[in-house]
Amino acid sequence: MIEVKNISKGFDSKLVLEDISCSFEKGKVNLIIGQSGMGKTVLMKCTVGLFEVDKGAVFFDGRNFSELNFKERKPIRQEIGMVFQGGALFDSLTVEQNVMFPLNMFTNMSIEEKLERTNFCLKRVNLENANSKFPSEISGGMKKRVAIARAISMNPKYLFCDEPNSGLDPKTSIVIDELILELTEEFNTTTVVNTHDMNTLTSIGGKIVFIFKGKKWWEGSYEELYHANNEELNSFVFASKVMQNMRK
Amino acid sequence: MYELVSIGIGALGIVALTSIFMGAVITIQSAYNLVNPMVPLYAVGIVARDSIILEFSPTIIMLVLAGKVGSSIASEIGTMRVTEQIDALEIMGINSSGFLTLPKIIAGMIIFPFVVLISMFLGIVGGWIAGDLSGVVSSADYIRGIQDQFVPFNITFAMIKTTVFAFVITSVSAYHGFYTDGGALEVGKSSTNAVVYSSVIILVFDYILTQLILA
Repeated sequence: MIEVKNISKGFDSKLVLEDISCSFEKGKVNLIIGQSGMGKTVLMKCTVGLFEVDKGAVFFDGRNFSELNFKERKPIRQEIGMVFQGGALFDSLTVEQNVMFPLNMFTNMSIEEKLERTNFCLKRVNLENANSKFPSEISGGMKKRVAIARAISMNPKYLFCDEPNSGLDPKTSIVIDELILELTEEFNTTTVVNTHDMNTLTSIGGKIVFIFKGKKWWEGSYEELYHANNEELNSFVFASKVMQNMRK
Repeated sequence: MYELVSIGIGALGIVALTSIFMGAVITIQSAYNLVNPMVPLYAVGIVARDSIILEFSPTIIMLVLAGKVGSSIASEIGTMRVTEQIDALEIMGINSSGFLTLPKIIAGMIIFPFVVLISMFLGIVGGWIAGDLSGVVSSADYIRGIQDQFVPFNITFAMIKTTVFAFVITSVSAYHGFYTDGGALEVGKSSTNAVVYSSVIILVFDYILTQLILA
């Protein structure tokens, strides 16, 4: 379980996150939703320590991550897998080398073991026969799947996905959503997904945190979402006709 | 090894071309200026050799490398920054600044002295060919000149300068790339800044080292 307690974060004089507290549950896909520019990515980056929080703290299974220094954070960081918005694959490495990268850096596995683990991860994301391709040679959806394979290569306890469906067609988005849900259940990870895609919400919605103007506006389960009495949340979630019909 | 090849070997073409032509120009210009009949013609070889060893190869070639290698390092690391590849390293618990910059700095400090030695050789050969072909100085005079009054310490001095400049180019460029903030436009700006700052710092250090070691 990940607990975020009273965190605030500003850039220069602008406060982007204000006193946010929420928790992300183990074995579930936890969604951070909200409009673009409301602070979802900043919240995620503060949670994983890519941005230092100005106030508050983040706890990973009771361990206060915010008060640790770079060296002390290392063991927790190795339990984290993250899928970035654009994939963030290393351009100079092949698909296989990208997935194998964390194994090369942090394990004492033999080359055969690393290859076996890499192939398992690539197979798990339905991406076989692409081992020798470079990121520039594969599609956006494939890049996201390679990024997921890299994120799960170290068998993470915590999986973070920042807008995993951005720039993907609806069909590929569904594949990615289902993959995230399956991996969460299979490996019992605490998964946190940033999204403003309502299809993701309906297909993998577990726990939901709604961010509006840098504040946590609402928190609850997917089922509770349909009965929430929150004007901003409703105007965001039920903006489309499809969602309005679903509510009815 | 990858860094050694990409930083050093990749720059050999432009270094060779610049060195041969600059050696040729230095020789012809020296001959053009040495009009006093009291000055022997082999002095052209001395002037060309010392100019190439003391200043042209360690400084001008390093300025060329600041443009070629410096911009490449800054844009490579800058692109990694804006495409979140550096964040991906950080999230794994890797010290990204050390991981990305240290191999480049070490590679530069190892390979650039060899590149400069090659440049010295090619510059002197370029001067010889140009002098002979244009007829301003005979082969015999030029070869006598490049052997006359040779001070081996000049090579040591050039190697010291090269090593310092190699550190400047790689570290300044890596710094600008690493702290890129924004998108493609900012990567371009970082790349330009890397070249400008590296070049200025090289010129300042050139003066300081010359003053400290030769004066």
